[in-house]
Amino acid sequence: MNKLRQKMASMSGDDWKNLLIQNAIYIVIFVIILVIIAQDPKFLSLRVFENILTQSSVRLILALGVAGIIILQGTDLSLGRMVGFAAVISASMLQRADYAARFYPDMAALPLFVPLLAAIVACALFSAINGWVVAQFKIHPFLATMGMMITLYGILSIYFASGAPGPQPIGGHDPRYTELAVGKVLGIPNLVIFAAVVSAIMWVIWNKTTFGKNMYAVGGNPEAAKVSGVNVMKTTVLVYVVAGVLYGVGGFLEAARIGSANNGTGFGYELDAIAACVVGGISFSGGIGKVSGAIAGVLMFTIITYGMTFVGMDQFIQYIIKGIIIVAAVALDTKKYLKKV
Amino acid sequence: MQEYLLSIKGISKSFSGVKVLDKVCLNVRAGTVHALMGENGAGKSTMMKCLFGIYRQDEGQFFLNGNEFNFEDPKHALENGVSMVHQELNQVTQRTIADNIWLGRYPKKGPFVDEKAMARETRALFDKLGIHLDPSTRLETLSVSQRQMVEIAKAVSYNAKIIVLDEPTSSLTENEVRMLFDIIKVLKSQDVGIIYISHKMDEIFEISDDISVLRDGKYIGTDSVDNLTMDKIVNMMVGRDLDHRFPPKSNVPGDVHLEVKNISTKYAPYVRDVSFSLRRGEILGIAGLVGAGRTELVESLFGARTLTSGEVFMDGKKLDNSTPRKSIKNRFALLTEERRTTGIYPVADVTFNSTIANIAAYKNRFGLLQDKQIKEDTDTQIANMRIKTPSKKEQLRSLSGGNQQKVIIGRWLLTNPDVLLLDEPTRGIDVGAKYEIYQLIIDLAASGKSVIVVSSEMPELIGITNRIMVMSNGRMAGIVDTEKTDQTEIFHLAMKHLTNNKEVEV
Repeated sequence: MNKLRQKMASMSGDDWKNLLIQNAIYIVIFVIILVIIAQDPKFLSLRVFENILTQSSVRLILALGVAGIIILQGTDLSLGRMVGFAAVISASMLQRADYAARFYPDMAALPLFVPLLAAIVACALFSAINGWVVAQFKIHPFLATMGMMITLYGILSIYFASGAPGPQPIGGHDPRYTELAVGKVLGIPNLVIFAAVVSAIMWVIWNKTTFGKNMYAVGGNPEAAKVSGVNVMKTTVLVYVVAGVLYGVGGFLEAARIGSANNGTGFGYELDAIAACVVGGISFSGGIGKVSGAIAGVLMFTIITYGMTFVGMDQFIQYIIKGIIIVAAVALDTKKYLKKV
Repeated sequence: MQEYLLSIKGISKSFSGVKVLDKVCLNVRAGTVHALMGENGAGKSTMMKCLFGIYRQDEGQFFLNGNEFNFEDPKHALENGVSMVHQELNQVTQRTIADNIWLGRYPKKGPFVDEKAMARETRALFDKLGIHLDPSTRLETLSVSQRQMVEIAKAVSYNAKIIVLDEPTSSLTENEVRMLFDIIKVLKSQDVGIIYISHKMDEIFEISDDISVLRDGKYIGTDSVDNLTMDKIVNMMVGRDLDHRFPPKSNVPGDVHLEVKNISTKYAPYVRDVSFSLRRGEILGIAGLVGAGRTELVESLFGARTLTSGEVFMDGKKLDNSTPRKSIKNRFALLTEERRTTGIYPVADVTFNSTIANIAAYKNRFGLLQDKQIKEDTDTQIANMRIKTPSKKEQLRSLSGGNQQKVIIGRWLLTNPDVLLLDEPTRGIDVGAKYEIYQLIIDLAASGKSVIVVSSEMPELIGITNRIMVMSNGRMAGIVDTEKTDQTEIFHLAMKHLTNNKEVEV
């Protein structure tokens, strides 16, 4: 405490200014929250807090997936369609036995992990293809994943239409499946627990394993990684596979949370996930980013979105504010790394 | 027959039809330093990259202790006792020192990376080598010379039998060069074979046992250092005699052209209250230690730094040089220190690189560019500057460093500048090309342009300037007449403003 006081006393005007700039995005968001609370003090309630955490959960799992790809100087536009595919696969295999329009009319009740595994394998496979194309042909990830996004929508729609009732939303979920998304353990929503477990695993992978460190190295300077004997191809593909696994988990939970899935599920989720990463300081220039950054980014986005809706703000104005926040966050983030001359 | 640690036999390599290496050879004895010399573009780095498995040679063989080998990739080379410090610092600057040193071979504890072991090993390595850095420091916070030391430590840490050092001292301070040489001596005593690539003659003579020379991708010869002199080496490298390292100074300084008063910068590295004058047709050298503020001073003159005070007068008239744009309008030109990062457009062609600074001058009355004029000017530059390039459509990255530098100097000359600020104009350039650049600088001064040359090479400053300003710790320590000074006086001035608590970096 004393040290902090000493440090504060020794700071000059420029230091304070730098501190403000470094944390500007957090300050702006804090101000927005204050305004929301001033508008409606009920925002400060346990229920709202719980809702925000629950709504953040799936987003966080997805953001952590794409975050690894961003650290590799990449991006993933196919995230949304992967989530959609995972959601449709999971929902199609987990409908109530007595539901009228079953995707697989004669399918017996499956253990929950079977559809989860199917969703994970499908997403990991497609994501691995993304990684391989990027690493092998040196195609910019924007283009490689854009191709995947479009291709996957076709595959997903064909699968979606192939069910017994034809192309219609897959609802009537098995109660065990629904319970997974809406249930609680000791008062903590299941979704929040899933997100926390995934975050913890990802933290360990990023910080404590050779693969994680190689990911940062390949993202920071691929040439340096190569001449140090890192297998750049393997690392790249593996980062995409991990992302695919998380998309699979995310899609599985998302269908349960919404209670229905169709070929449009997940559309546009990639932009939310990427925006959250960027606001959380995961840099598009590669090699920089933390799990805590992804968590902060997702939470901030959800708080603002939820808060603005809570006080009844026009949804189109919400778009304007969100758009500005994304660009401002990147601008401020970049400023941190700019050296003054 | 003598048994060699490493034998390279008849290696050839072509890139898109151009033969870069033509049956080159090299024999390295254990426990010796083998200097590999040659002009830029002679093929030294390419040869080493073939050895290290980054490139695959078209023909030829490598032998390690008499056994033939061929590395698939760098990992394979490292595992078999060959490590390399690359000319370009290949580092992940966003990560820590320890992360970089153990990259590709992290120590593990179960499934996880053993951070503690990493830190411990790094510290032990640094203690052994006399490096004082905290392993958990991120590389981007280090100076270039510190980063270079980290890279050298990393190469040593592989316990390799062969260590290739490709221009390891390009940005080291004198103290650090001493440390490196001590490290090399220890390695020699452990029977390591070291291949040392450098342009710095004094270093070569001090540290190496054998010297081999390449020229234009061909092997010229090898001899023991005792049988060689600098002239002999230069002769082998350029294939002709260089009677003098510097052309005669034919420029005659005239009236005072530029008056600079009280330059101080707002941000670190600082320049403090520097004033001086420059005559028309004069070449003023700026000397100083690393971090003395030399680059910052010329950048300040060019409007590239935020100033707290400072005025520039040209022929008695006050100039507004507050931005580079305004400085260019006032007919200033700045050749930057880091050619690769701030000078060249590597994938653009010679034409683009030659004319980009002057591009507005080629507009016709509809505002469109006149290709004919651009082509003519590029041809003129290629001829005047004697730029060696297959054509003006060649990408700049495929030219040698010396030729790239000539293109950039030519680019600035097209803007018809009055004051030329040249920051390390011959860094990383081979001997033959250096002479041509010196000649160019002197010719420019003789034609009435005023020139400021920043350089870390003392002989160069004494060889081509009329006066030398010495910077010390951001301040001006003095201006000396080149005819009447020597290296000792300049060194003393360079230390003038260093306080005791700051490490002296000569």
